[in-house]
Parts: sequence; C-alpha cells; structure tokens
Amino acid sequence: MRYAMAVDTLKCVGCTDCVVACQTENDVPMGHCRDWIVEKTTGTYPQLQLEIRSERCNHCANAPCVRTCPTEASHYAAGGIVLVEESECIGCKACITSCPYDARFIHPEGYVDKCTFCVQRVEKGQKPACVSVCPTHAMIFGDLDDPNSSISKAMATRKWKSLIPEAGTDPKVFYLI
Amino acid sequence: MIEEIITSGRMNPEIDPVLHVWGWEIPFYLFLGGLSAGILIFSAYFTLRNRQDELPIAVKWMPIAVPFLIGIGLISLLLDLSHVLYAWQLFTNIRWESPMSWGAWTLMLITPLSIIWVATWMEDIFPNWDWKFEEAKTAVNWLKSQRRLLAQVLILLSIILGMYTGILLSAFNARPFWNTSILGPLFLTSGLSASAALISFFSRTEVEKRLFTRIDIILIGIELFMIIHLFMGHLAGTQVHIQAAKMFLGGAYTVSFWVFVVGLGLILPVILEILELKHKFIPAIVPVVLIVAGNLMLRFIVVNAGQASRWLY
Repeated sequence: MRYAMAVDTLKCVGCTDCVVACQTENDVPMGHCRDWIVEKTTGTYPQLQLEIRSERCNHCANAPCVRTCPTEASHYAAGGIVLVEESECIGCKACITSCPYDARFIHPEGYVDKCTFCVQRVEKGQKPACVSVCPTHAMIFGDLDDPNSSISKAMATRKWKSLIPEAGTDPKVFYLI
Repeated sequence: MIEEIITSGRMNPEIDPVLHVWGWEIPFYLFLGGLSAGILIFSAYFTLRNRQDELPIAVKWMPIAVPFLIGIGLISLLLDLSHVLYAWQLFTNIRWESPMSWGAWTLMLITPLSIIWVATWMEDIFPNWDWKFEEAKTAVNWLKSQRRLLAQVLILLSIILGMYTGILLSAFNARPFWNTSILGPLFLTSGLSASAALISFFSRTEVEKRLFTRIDIILIGIELFMIIHLFMGHLAGTQVHIQAAKMFLGGAYTVSFWVFVVGLGLILPVILEILELKHKFIPAIVPVVLIVAGNLMLRFIVVNAGQASRWLY
C-alpha cells in the first residue's frame, strides 16, 4: 500500500476550501497551516500561464525529515504516510530545515507539526479532509499499489509532475498538468 | 522578459517568508563545539608526542576550559529546543543517518571524558592539589597510566565533534548553501585555528608561542583554500547552488562575509602572525581577537545564509 495524492491543476481554482477544511479537521493552531495555495505565473507578457496548486507535505518515500530526525519522532507509518510522534519530538528543527518544501512548522506547544494525510480519517476508509471538501473535485487520494484506484488511473491517463523531484525526495503528492 | 511570479498563501511563523528557525543558539554552539574540539585535539596529540612539559598551556592548561565551553554550548543547545522536556529522547535512540544523533552521542561521551582528561593533569598544573579522598587519588592515578589510550579516544571523538558541526548543516540538501561536504572539514579547521590562536596567546614560552603561531598560519591558509573551494563547488553546481553562492558574490552576505570573516577574521590576522614570527611587535591580543571573532561570525553567517537559500519550484 502506497498512499498518494494528485492535485489537478486544471481544475484547482485556489478557493482555499482545502486549507479551511484541514484547519477545522486537525485543529490547526491560528496563524499556521498544514496545506496552502500557491499561484505560479510564468511566461512572457501578454502570453502568461497561471498554475494554481494546493500544496502540503509530500509524504516523500525518501524523506529527508525522517533521515535527519535524531529521535525517530519523524517516521513512516502504514502506507508510507510520514508522521511526527509528538511525545518523541524534541523540537530540534532539523526536520524543518531538511524539508525542501518547507511543509513543517513548530506547533505552539513545541513539537513539530505538518500534514498527516488526515491519517485519522484514512484509517477509517475516509478521504483526507481537503480532498473531501474540494468543490471542483481537483484532488484525488488513494493507493498507488492498487491499479484500479482512482489515483492510479489518473496517473496512467494524465500528464503529471511532482515538485522538485531533483531533490531526491521521491514525493507522493503529484500535480496533474 | 520572461516572468515568473510565485505567490504563496502560506505564512507559518519562523518558516515564511524566509526560514529562520535557528537563531543565535545553534551558531554559538557550533563555535563552542569547534573550539572545544580544537583544544582537545592539540592537547591529546602533543601528549601522544610526549611534549607535555614543553607545551604546558596547550596540553595541560587549555583543556580546563573545555568542560565549561561544552557546558555553555549544551545550555545554548537546550535553549534552542522548542520541546525541551523531551530532550532525553535523544538518548533512547541511535540514528546513524542523523548528524544530530551523532552529535548528541558524541557530546554524551566527550563531556565526561574531557573532565577526566583535565583531572589527570590537575597535579601537574597545581603542585599542591589534593584529591582529598584516597579512592579519588587511586582512580586518577590509574587514569594517568591510561593517558595514551585516553588521548587516542579523545582525538577520534574530537574530530567527530569538530566535523559534525559542519556535517550537520551539509546533510540538508533542502538548503543549497549548506549542501557541500566541505563544511565539515572547514568547521574543523576553523575550530583548530581558533584554539591554536588562543593557545599561542596564553602561552608563556617562546617555543610554544611560535609553534602555535606557525600552526595557526598553516590552518588559516587551509581555511582560505577551503572557502575558495566552497564557492568553486557551488558555482559549478546546479542553479540553486549558483544562486546560493551569489548571496556572497554581490548578494546580501557579500560585505559581512568577505570583509569581516575573510578580511578581518583570516587575512589580516594571518599577516599579523607572520609579522609576529618575523619579530615585529604586534600586540598579541589583536590577532587572537580577530580570529575568534571571525570564527564566530563564520558560523553565524553560514547558519543564516543556509536558511535563506532554498529551492524554487
């Protein structure tokens, strides 16, 4: 089982519903976010292209945060979800500096926090909060090892990219383009 | 003109707009760790060469400072931890891939060992020293007989301590400026250089003073060579490495690095030390202050610049 997420950049309108849903579901402290919207404009005026992405922890298969953690607080859970065990985190911030996506932050209580793919929902067979509320159905979540899962089918039929794969992280959040 | 504008809705404290999770505590500790490593390496090395009576400051006196330096370093490390009550978790795990785990375990071993090392020299330093308890006297006498073994272990652990302070940073490929394997040797050399300068300053004999001034000149030469290589490596690297190097070649860190670290912290003191060897009168305090300040600044600038360098996507 390899959990992954795909965000359809052709459908995402940047409404931030995913951000609000995550904050509500996971009780994310005020002023912090586990997922966020990035708008990237490229090209030569007047021919400009706009890409809107809903971003979060990439749950890398070769996660630098897990590698640099001195206490095993950052670890791989079932399905390759990267999690932080609060009671093992010492707040050294090595994982924060090692993440090329800057996906982690310090929770006001001192431990390091980030997207969990809503593991509490996934364990019950539900979709992560962000995926479940997306009004344009721009997000797909599922198991890459199951060829019949909606994410495997989307990845097989659509063009996709991941973010800075050259950093060697083997990210598990993909962007359909 | 090709435009590329990235707008992010994320504004996490200490992460955005520029990463700044590590403040003064980490570079200050890296400096103290490097200095401690340097002092212990010289002390242990010249003990193995049987030069303890010829070089008393380097071998016997300077190590007294090490437990205090490491102690202050540990306090500043603890101040940096945001979940400090769980710090003991460092010692319930051994993580080979994590430089921070290496550092924690090295400190765990080297701190008591440095105290033991000082204890074996107490009677040499203070002729009237009395251990008060017979057991303590016996233990110290036994440790004295094991001094060569102690020195060998100390050299190994000190090299790890001096190197890992750089490797800690170079292990993060997310921060392109840090992501160069030369940081480990550079920090080790700079720690050795600061301790050689301090030994030379405190030494009371011409032999010891001149030896450590000569050692320091060589070390500063190696440091300058490594700094040039650091930038050569970055400039021959990928786009993000080139961008990271440009922070020092016209960017925000240009003046602070080249004027204060390289100019005032390396080149000027090395010239003064060469003049000193040629028997020109140079107030001894000047080169040592410049070198130590340059050393500290090197670590502050490297820690800050690394956090400011990143991948763009």
